[in-house]
Amino acid sequence: MAQGRRGLLRWLLGGGFTASIVSFLYPAIRFMNPPAVPEAVVNEAKAGKVEDFRLKSGRIVKFGSKPVLLIRVSETEWRAYGAICTHLNCTVQYQESSHQIWCACHNGFYDLNGRVVSGPPPRPLEDYSVRIRGDEVVIARRA
Amino acid sequence: MAIAETVRKAGGWMDQRLGLDSVREFLAHKAVPVHSATIWYYFGGITLFLFVIQVLTGILLLLYYRPTPAEAFESVQFIVTRVEFGWLVRSVHSWSANLMVLTAFIHMFSVVFLHSYRRPREVTWLSGIVLLGLALAFGFSGYLLPWNTVSYFATKVGTDVAASLPLIGPPLARFLRGGDDVGGATLTRFFGFHVAVLPGATTLVLLLHVGLIQKFGMSSPSKVEREYASRGQALPQMPFFPNFFLRELMAWYAALGVLGSLAALFPWELGTKADPFAPAPAGIRPEWYFLAPFYTLKIIPSHVLFIEGELLGLIGFTLLGVFWVALPFWAVNREGTLRTRLVTGAGVALLAYLSTFSVLGYLK
Repeated sequence: MAQGRRGLLRWLLGGGFTASIVSFLYPAIRFMNPPAVPEAVVNEAKAGKVEDFRLKSGRIVKFGSKPVLLIRVSETEWRAYGAICTHLNCTVQYQESSHQIWCACHNGFYDLNGRVVSGPPPRPLEDYSVRIRGDEVVIARRA
Repeated sequence: MAIAETVRKAGGWMDQRLGLDSVREFLAHKAVPVHSATIWYYFGGITLFLFVIQVLTGILLLLYYRPTPAEAFESVQFIVTRVEFGWLVRSVHSWSANLMVLTAFIHMFSVVFLHSYRRPREVTWLSGIVLLGLALAFGFSGYLLPWNTVSYFATKVGTDVAASLPLIGPPLARFLRGGDDVGGATLTRFFGFHVAVLPGATTLVLLLHVGLIQKFGMSSPSKVEREYASRGQALPQMPFFPNFFLRELMAWYAALGVLGSLAALFPWELGTKADPFAPAPAGIRPEWYFLAPFYTLKIIPSHVLFIEGELLGLIGFTLLGVFWVALPFWAVNREGTLRTRLVTGAGVALLAYLSTFSVLGYLK
């Protein structure tokens, strides 16, 4: 009888202690998980005036909170790609000497179609469309 | 005479209340083996000394540092340009961090090559490996705090490596960044890790590590032990206090000299402020102790068979880490004999990989 009571007490105390630990840890762990902050969905962004971009040059422009690499290939031809390297998240740049897109972090190269030419990037860059509206360059997310 | 009497009385008063007799007794009996490899015993102590310097200079930097993207770079700039001796304090903090990682690595490899991890010191080895991991975490989290271009991209790459882990990767990266990308939330978190979480954890593990060294004493190489045993002689020893302690103090003094010279002659650079909309600059590379994995990830092709190169690299690092952590367990065969050649070979191979790839990562 005494053994039974002792066992029950041990079980109650152990269970209560475990439940207390869990009730302390659960909110702490949930607290550490950053809440999702809703971002305004950007489908289109103005990159600047046409005359601000030299021929065969590239520049990173803001697309909401994301960097996009805008390249002026010729007088009328433009390309825009998400500027985040698909390898390890660095920001790429247009290399005028090789006419390629280059990631300095791990030496990854992409061609002007955003496809991987060499180095460790596993996937092509995200493609954006470019339109000229009046004298303004407008970048848009592809449907 | 009266002063001496007062000091004696004060000592007696303290003895009765703190039980200093037992400490004195312990120190009187503690001894350190003397042999040709005794010099390697000093590196653990030097690592501890550099950690103390880190804590002290870190506290000083806390007086001015502000952990927000708008103010972090400017506050460090203020420290190094306006605050008296600010450049020195920051330089000592950065240099001692690097020297601490270096001495920790030297300490680890000396433990491997002297086979000091063997029974009953397996847990001492494990706690040492945890301390090395904490030192690297200190380095990684502290690197971001000045919020400069190099540190920004290093953190982007580092957290993206974590993100590529199967299953736990994405939530782990989100936890580290405090969101989906490196930004203000990351800086706040890294600051919290750097000044609160890591120092607390390091203190606890350090107590365990040092406590275990006190319990089991310093290990002497089995080869040296056998040599003396075959001659029927006991291994020579020196008293820990004051003989070894004073020698250790001299080693700390030398380390302080090296640290002071480096900090004064080559002040740590601040670089340019991080800009999330600027491309990664040419020649970007991480701290020297991350150069080997950095170069490995650079040369692995995008795909190897069906696996992405990044994931393959991560699997390789994980397997290497597990293999290294478990060293004391595979170092002994079923009969209980130490596989000294295998361990020495593995140590040489790891050292060769780390040094070669670090040099290549720096040069290419």
